[in-house]
Amino acid sequence: MATKAGTLIHGPGERYVAPGTLVPPRGERYTGAIITDKIADLVLVRPMHRGFYIGFIVTTAFTLLFLVAISYLFATGVGVWGVNQPVAWAFALTNFVWWVGIGHAGTFISAFLLLLRQHWRTSVNRFAEAMTIFAVAMAGLMPILHLGRPWFAYWLVPYPDVMNVWPQWRSPLIWDIFAIATYIIVSIIFWYMGLIPDLASLRDRARSRTKQIAYGLFALGWRGEARQWFRFETAYLLMAGLATPLVISVHTVVSLDFSFGLVPGWHSTIFPPYFVDGALYSGFAMALVLAIPLRAIFRLKDFITVDHLSKMAILLLVTGEIVFYSYVVEAFNAYYSADAYEIAMIKIRYFGPYAPISWSVILCNVLIPQALWSGKLRRTPLALFCLGLVVLLGMWLERFMIIVASLERDFLPSSWHMFYPTFWDLATLAGSVGAFAFMFLLFLRFLPAISMSELRKEAREEPIRASA
Amino acid sequence: MIYALLAEFAGPDELLDAVKQARRHYEDVDAYSPYAVDGLAEALGMRRNRVPLITLLGGLIGGGGIYFLQWYSAVIDYPINSGGRPLNSWPIFIPPTFELTILGAALAAFFGMLLLNGLPKLHHPLFNAPEFDLASRNRFFLGIRATDRRFDPTLTRQYLLGLDPLRVVEVPE
Repeated sequence: MATKAGTLIHGPGERYVAPGTLVPPRGERYTGAIITDKIADLVLVRPMHRGFYIGFIVTTAFTLLFLVAISYLFATGVGVWGVNQPVAWAFALTNFVWWVGIGHAGTFISAFLLLLRQHWRTSVNRFAEAMTIFAVAMAGLMPILHLGRPWFAYWLVPYPDVMNVWPQWRSPLIWDIFAIATYIIVSIIFWYMGLIPDLASLRDRARSRTKQIAYGLFALGWRGEARQWFRFETAYLLMAGLATPLVISVHTVVSLDFSFGLVPGWHSTIFPPYFVDGALYSGFAMALVLAIPLRAIFRLKDFITVDHLSKMAILLLVTGEIVFYSYVVEAFNAYYSADAYEIAMIKIRYFGPYAPISWSVILCNVLIPQALWSGKLRRTPLALFCLGLVVLLGMWLERFMIIVASLERDFLPSSWHMFYPTFWDLATLAGSVGAFAFMFLLFLRFLPAISMSELRKEAREEPIRASA
Repeated sequence: MIYALLAEFAGPDELLDAVKQARRHYEDVDAYSPYAVDGLAEALGMRRNRVPLITLLGGLIGGGGIYFLQWYSAVIDYPINSGGRPLNSWPIFIPPTFELTILGAALAAFFGMLLLNGLPKLHHPLFNAPEFDLASRNRFFLGIRATDRRFDPTLTRQYLLGLDPLRVVEVPE
């Protein structure tokens, strides 16, 4: 029996299902029942919104473009991209670093803020974790696409093969496999574990047999028994404790891919903290870009409040300032080292052929985000949304600047060669953004975007009041 | 056959009080809540929680295993003399060791939690209980299992009604 909006199901009056209208009177508290009904009905009753349809069509188109770009690449070879010597690493690696970085803020929000007992994370952790998984999925694809012979990707994994060849344990590229694989597995487990009680809520609330069975299977038979909860909370806290150092290690390993190389512009000890911070910076930007339409379209403004956005904006500002500091130190270190190649690298970066990119980085990552010092702006969702997009663009350009502009000038001037992207470079980037958004929309359609069980507890300790 | 008798409560404090009282008379007491209620598991007499130990073991197996693999491949199976550097170059084996320690611990925490919780379970008698679907929404339940040696369908029901619940229901096996 399907549930229609505005019908009384059975039992006490609180089982009234009316999507969009499940809001207590202004100023009243949200009870556990209303929180559950409101968030569960976004999935179970699915009030369709025109914006959702349009978004779905557009992202499906880009996902198909992504598949076409990958198929053409696999059929033809990496020559379809603009890569060559000396710039053998370009878009694929830039996308890789950018996507991994975006994922990091999700883990930071869900794990690190849990350890710090920042209760406001409750409203944003679920979709931030989903963002992590989809971003890391996109990131994980990029190095494989880039391999040239992607069907041999499994050679990176240690297994007893007849060739008697082992991976090179002393290479950060091998560490990458372990770091990224661990990261995606731990992110999925952490996310799924948090979902189990919510899937049980969906199972119990679903009225159609298909949904009951589907959600019921994934809820694994969760009954909310006190001992189950106790072990669940212990395991969840332990996972948070494990995910926090993990997230830092992952981008450290990513940065070592570069800093282990002797290329001026890469070979620098500042890279691990610089990359980890840049990762969080782009990740908070993405979290804002996703949260702002989400709360507007699905009417979740009482749960994801302006306070939440403002707190994320402060984190964006802090990480942005550290990024700025890193740029300064990087330039300073080049001069302080008195190494001719390092100094030349900085000059080329800011005054050479890629200077427009580098100055755009400064504009997007350093100058424009200074607007966040304004408290009023931090409470204006539209401004934060635009700023998030600017930072995402800036962070992509930053990775491009580090990777491509450093490679373009080889040690021998005879090797110098500019990189220009081809259509397929751009299609891969645009397609990955589309595929990410596509998966995120599917997530919103099938799974609760906010943790119901955590919010029920939170609402009891600290009242969530209706604003309208 | 009866699986248990369930008493339904409106809030966590009522449930916690009821559990504390019921524990004085009965041993096989369970409590069900829509979110983790602090102190409830302790009130039910849960003293040992093996999840941390399992997590530690998982981490040790993950980290130890990959370190062993690196050592075996670099020292025993395929030693390469690279500029006279030691074959067991442990500092550079640390990153994979670190990652797989985390992976092992996380997998152990998750699967250990499921195993100890008796999950996954395709069916459970409780799911037949009326109103039990509210246990994942806004209702709190206290259950006294029929396996308890003092359990008696009539007397236990009387006892539960004395705890002032919203209602008491019988859960068939």
